[in-house]
Amino acid sequence: MTSALPDEHFFRRESGRLVSTLTRMLGVHHLALAEDAVQETLAAAVEVWAFRGLPENPSAWLTTAARNRAVSLLRRERTARRFAPEIGRLADDEGAPGLDSAEAHLPPPLRDDELRMMFSCCHPDVPEDAQVALVLSLLSGFSAHEVAEAFLVSRAAMEKRLSRAKKVLSATRGLFELAARDFETRLTAVHRALYLLFNEGYHGASPDAAVRLDLCREAMRLISLLAEHPPAATPATHALAALMALDAARLPARVDEAGDLTELSRQERSRWDSMLIARGVELLEASARGEVVSEYHLEAAIAASHALAPSADQTPWAEIVELYDALLRLRPSPVVALNRAVAVAEQLGPERGLQALRSIPGAERLAAYPFYPAALGELELRRGRATEARRHFRAAHRLARNPTERTFLERRLAECERQIASPRSAAD
Amino acid sequence: MSEFLYLYRQPADSPNLLDSARTMQERLQKWTAWFKDLESRGHLRTMGHPLETSGAVVSESGRTVHDGPYAESKDIVLGYSVVQAKDLAEARTLAGGCPVLGYGGMVEVRPIRQM
Repeated sequence: MTSALPDEHFFRRESGRLVSTLTRMLGVHHLALAEDAVQETLAAAVEVWAFRGLPENPSAWLTTAARNRAVSLLRRERTARRFAPEIGRLADDEGAPGLDSAEAHLPPPLRDDELRMMFSCCHPDVPEDAQVALVLSLLSGFSAHEVAEAFLVSRAAMEKRLSRAKKVLSATRGLFELAARDFETRLTAVHRALYLLFNEGYHGASPDAAVRLDLCREAMRLISLLAEHPPAATPATHALAALMALDAARLPARVDEAGDLTELSRQERSRWDSMLIARGVELLEASARGEVVSEYHLEAAIAASHALAPSADQTPWAEIVELYDALLRLRPSPVVALNRAVAVAEQLGPERGLQALRSIPGAERLAAYPFYPAALGELELRRGRATEARRHFRAAHRLARNPTERTFLERRLAECERQIASPRSAAD
Repeated sequence: MSEFLYLYRQPADSPNLLDSARTMQERLQKWTAWFKDLESRGHLRTMGHPLETSGAVVSESGRTVHDGPYAESKDIVLGYSVVQAKDLAEARTLAGGCPVLGYGGMVEVRPIRQM
């Protein structure tokens, strides 16, 4: 009787689906009520299912329960307003459209509601970092506390950020219409938010590897929602999905048992996830069916070059440098230029890499970015100038943003010390 | 073998009753695993029931004296089960594995009176 849940992300998925559907049915001005209803429903499901086992169709069970809960919350709210008749009338006029029980037993159709919610979260009046927080909160069932943890912000600051964003959202006329004229523009914002979400998981600040993995996974789940839905399944969507799959394929080798980072060249390639690589390549092919080359196409192509190289030595660096050049034209950024310089060093040697690093336009914007001095240190070390390298790594260490980065840089510093102590082994 | 009533109690103001999707998923998994374990070791007499957090307390003459599920204590009984154990010591040990303990709650273990 106590059958297992469909999968370990069941509650996340259901939370996003239910909040989106209830918000569509009740209207965005009832966003908070929809969230309450869903949270209470899921909490009740935990108690009931623990004792009775899962119902035959858990999703349908939750849909019906959440609907009923929403109706009773609405009634309670209206009773509370009985002495303010004008507000009461307003609430009655709006009614609770679509709250009939027949719909509850339909199979979960196209995930339109979630898609519309995703587009709604990326409202131009909501700042980018808040868009990402909103997506996690409304579509992935993260508590404010969990979002705060993922982004290393205080809980109070995150609560404020979320409540501001929700205010913007609930003041809109309704969930975003997928047929709207600004669909394309909004899609770009959605891509950006999911890209940031994935990167926060991949490179992010949280010292907890499990938290970061969760962010990557959610970004991948949401991008596949886009990819499955025709109007949103553009070449850029496929390219972004490809990028995520190819990067995620390296995750098992990227962090070792102790939770420490291993850089690309030292990763054990046999531990890369070959299924994800195949999926990424397939998506990259799908993304080529268009005229436009987006920044995600280029990043995915770079990731594919790494993923498909049989060994670190056989990485096609010239090709990668070209891809970075194209990416720089599309999205000029010092971080992209930094990555390009590292690729140049691999292709043409550490001197040329150092030159490229020093001539990055707007390098001052990298002043707080630990991987700039770390790259300088790496290349100096490769030239056999361990003392110089140590100076750079120390600077990087001061800038490190979390324990993972700190541990990584400490290991590089130890390598510098080793080479300073016995300069002979420093060659090549 | 004796029988024991387990009352699962949680402080009424516990913030853990409502939380994120992740913690809810964990909570369900822990409860399911716990019941399964008791059952497989032959300790689960009746799984019992979860209880709503609403209700009333009624006293003499049927007059409602409180709205709410509790008399004086600030704990809500989330549910109950009947467990079979050798003695109170074993029943206490078994209760120590209950997931409610991880969420600020407790298990009240009461031997069922034998005639």
